[in-house]
Amino acid sequence: MSNKSSVEPITQQYVIPGTDFTRAGEASSKVKTILKRLGYDPDAIRRVAIAMYEGEINMVIHAHGGTAKVEIFPDRVEIALCDQGPGISDVSKAMEEGYSTAPDEVRALGFGAGMGLPNMKKCSDDMRVHSIIGKGTDVYMTIRVRGTGN
Amino acid sequence: MKLGNIVELLDAKVLCGDDMDMEIQTACGSDMMSDALAFIEDQAMLLTGLINPQSVRTAEMLDMRCICFVRGKMPGDDVVELARERGITVLTTRYRMFSACGKLYQAGLRGGDC
Repeated sequence: MSNKSSVEPITQQYVIPGTDFTRAGEASSKVKTILKRLGYDPDAIRRVAIAMYEGEINMVIHAHGGTAKVEIFPDRVEIALCDQGPGISDVSKAMEEGYSTAPDEVRALGFGAGMGLPNMKKCSDDMRVHSIIGKGTDVYMTIRVRGTGN
Repeated sequence: MKLGNIVELLDAKVLCGDDMDMEIQTACGSDMMSDALAFIEDQAMLLTGLINPQSVRTAEMLDMRCICFVRGKMPGDDVVELARERGITVLTTRYRMFSACGKLYQAGLRGGDC
């Protein structure tokens, strides 16, 4: 992806803890703060925040956590979410609104409505999901942004 | 509508935040954060019965300015503290979701979808 631009991105890496649901969203919150400070367009910041937050929640719910790498370019934000969870058996099915394999206890926490991946796709300009059963899932998202202070 | 009017209409208790002159134009009600994240666009206030920290995180990601917990639910101190850190006002009302939303709608607050 780095050949898209000669500008060196601001890179942030996070470990998403898988054992504590209450901490899900911390990394997204940090990214949101950085983007605000850099002066990006508020709508773009919100799309980045929602997409990454949904991804964080997914990793906590389904994969016992994972890692997030965020690269901030003047014209886009690239997010790579990688986990070593059980994998997604049918990615196209998982992309359908309302399809969820989350257990009831997750719904009691306010998630698991089957809107996570579709919403991540909606917020992204480009999203790719690579998943191998028993190995894990990688999600790559690109969100175009405007109005940087660069 | 000013936040102070909302507090009055809902007979709400303010758990954090003190700008009662803050303007709130639109609101939404949901216990499912998944749905809130997928369907909310520019609502300023979330009414919910979900009192875990993810209600605050969801409001934060959506740039919301106020959360009102319904059905008399009282969040933990950690949840209120998180909201305070993020500049989000927190209210709690004894009214149930339908009644709380109805009171605000009747007073002129809208969902932003009509």
